Amino acid sequence: MIGDGTIPALPRGVRLREDQARGGFTLMAPERVLKLDPIANEVLKRVDGTATIAMIVDDLARTFAADRTQIDSDVKSMLQGLADKRLLDLTADD
Amino acid sequence: MTDDMAIDPPLGLLAELTHRCPLSCPYCSNPENLDRRSGELDTGTWKRVFTEAAALGVMQVHLSGGEPTARPDIVGITAHCRDVGLYTNLITSGINVAGAKLDALADAGLDHVQISFQGDISDRADHVSGMQGSHARKLELAAQVTGLGLPLTVNAVIHRGNADRVREMVQFAVDLGARRIEIAHVQYYGWALRNRDALMPTAEQVRSSTAAVEQARADFAGRIVIDAVVPDYYARRPKPCVGGWGRRSLNVTPAGKVLPCHAAETIPHLTFPNVRDQSLSDIWHHSHAFNAYRGTDWMAEPCRSCDRREVDFGGCRCQALAMTGDAAATDPACQLSAFHARMIELAETAVAEVEASPLDTEYDYRRFL
Ligand code: SF4
Ligand code: SF4
Repeated sequence: MIGDGTIPALPRGVRLREDQARGGFTLMAPERVLKLDPIANEVLKRVDGTATIAMIVDDLARTFAADRTQIDSDVKSMLQGLADKRLLDLTADD
Repeated sequence: MTDDMAIDPPLGLLAELTHRCPLSCPYCSNPENLDRRSGELDTGTWKRVFTEAAALGVMQVHLSGGEPTARPDIVGITAHCRDVGLYTNLITSGINVAGAKLDALADAGLDHVQISFQGDISDRADHVSGMQGSHARKLELAAQVTGLGLPLTVNAVIHRGNADRVREMVQFAVDLGARRIEIAHVQYYGWALRNRDALMPTAEQVRSSTAAVEQARADFAGRIVIDAVVPDYYARRPKPCVGGWGRRSLNVTPAGKVLPCHAAETIPHLTFPNVRDQSLSDIWHHSHAFNAYRGTDWMAEPCRSCDRREVDFGGCRCQALAMTGDAAATDPACQLSAFHARMIELAETAVAEVEASPLDTEYDYRRFL
């Protein structure tokens, strides 16, 4: 399960791309093109395979001057959802 | 509907790079009249097609066939697709790809590999593919794909000879390290239609295989994604074939014809434009073939006034034509079609006799006629 020290990473074959024709950003994956809302895009931009969940949440809370508790639960549930669909790898920070 | 702005851009393009294939699956989705090597588009034309596709809004390209790697320029084509920003998906039989070729494809930026498996037991699988030893070679490629960290999808086509092994196929895919499995019941046109009586599962097999998919989804949640296509002949409502005609995707044949779906050529009154003569954008927006069944204006009853008309778009045009003689009719997979009972009857008579062993089934294998 996802925790503060978990490091999320996009596996090979899953990548972010701007969609010039329709606007916005998408997550491209095997047989999937997921349209990202602006928040999901901000989260995934910070997924670089080295940042922990806590670091990503801190950065978002700082950048958007928003409630950290809320962001923390949103980020965790969003990333867990992607991991369940095999679109994200989660590794423990140790 | 000729206003460019009113037509959404396509998301996906299926490129049948060649119809040549070392295997001869009796359910092959290629047409009965396969394009020959001499008629195939050259490298430069394919590259132009992919450049135009990306500009048109296509995000993902499916490099398919036949066996796409039978083309000596497959690595260059893959690299070009990546250069123009496309997500590249290789749909392969798995024969003659393992080793240096896959390494080169991965270096060229290949994003995803789909290997078709004819089953999880090698002798049964080889009987379907028509090639001794094919299953073992697929296993070798699968190991290389996952070893490289590339996402692997197992494509499992379901028919009478393997419909009782859906659960085992999912386990097999998990054991291979696949991130995704496609459980697709045979769609009956082209070669599959020729082999319908040998491929059609029994009603009981369909019920148990559907239940097996549901059970596997629960048991393997988070480990593998299961995308399942329900068999048409036992469905109540049709599938939105290719997400709606001319709505989300297009298909380019080895010889350059552009089709709204890979079976569209079975509709005799449509003429399909060729990338040698016109740009992809022109074809997508303005060709008669793409506009013929786009949207809902062409529909007759019961689709015309049905509240699902923007959900399934009346189903598959090719199946409507094959069963009713009218490509604009409601797909007979729909219970509201006057031909639905006839479709079920066909399915039931096709499976009057079930072989003692799947190895006894006789197929009319796919080949150049
Ligand atoms: S279905 Fe079989 S014969 Fe047809 S292209 Fe695929 S692997 Fe080749
Ligand atoms: S009547 Fe037509 S639109 Fe309605 S469910 Fe059947 S096929 Fe779909």
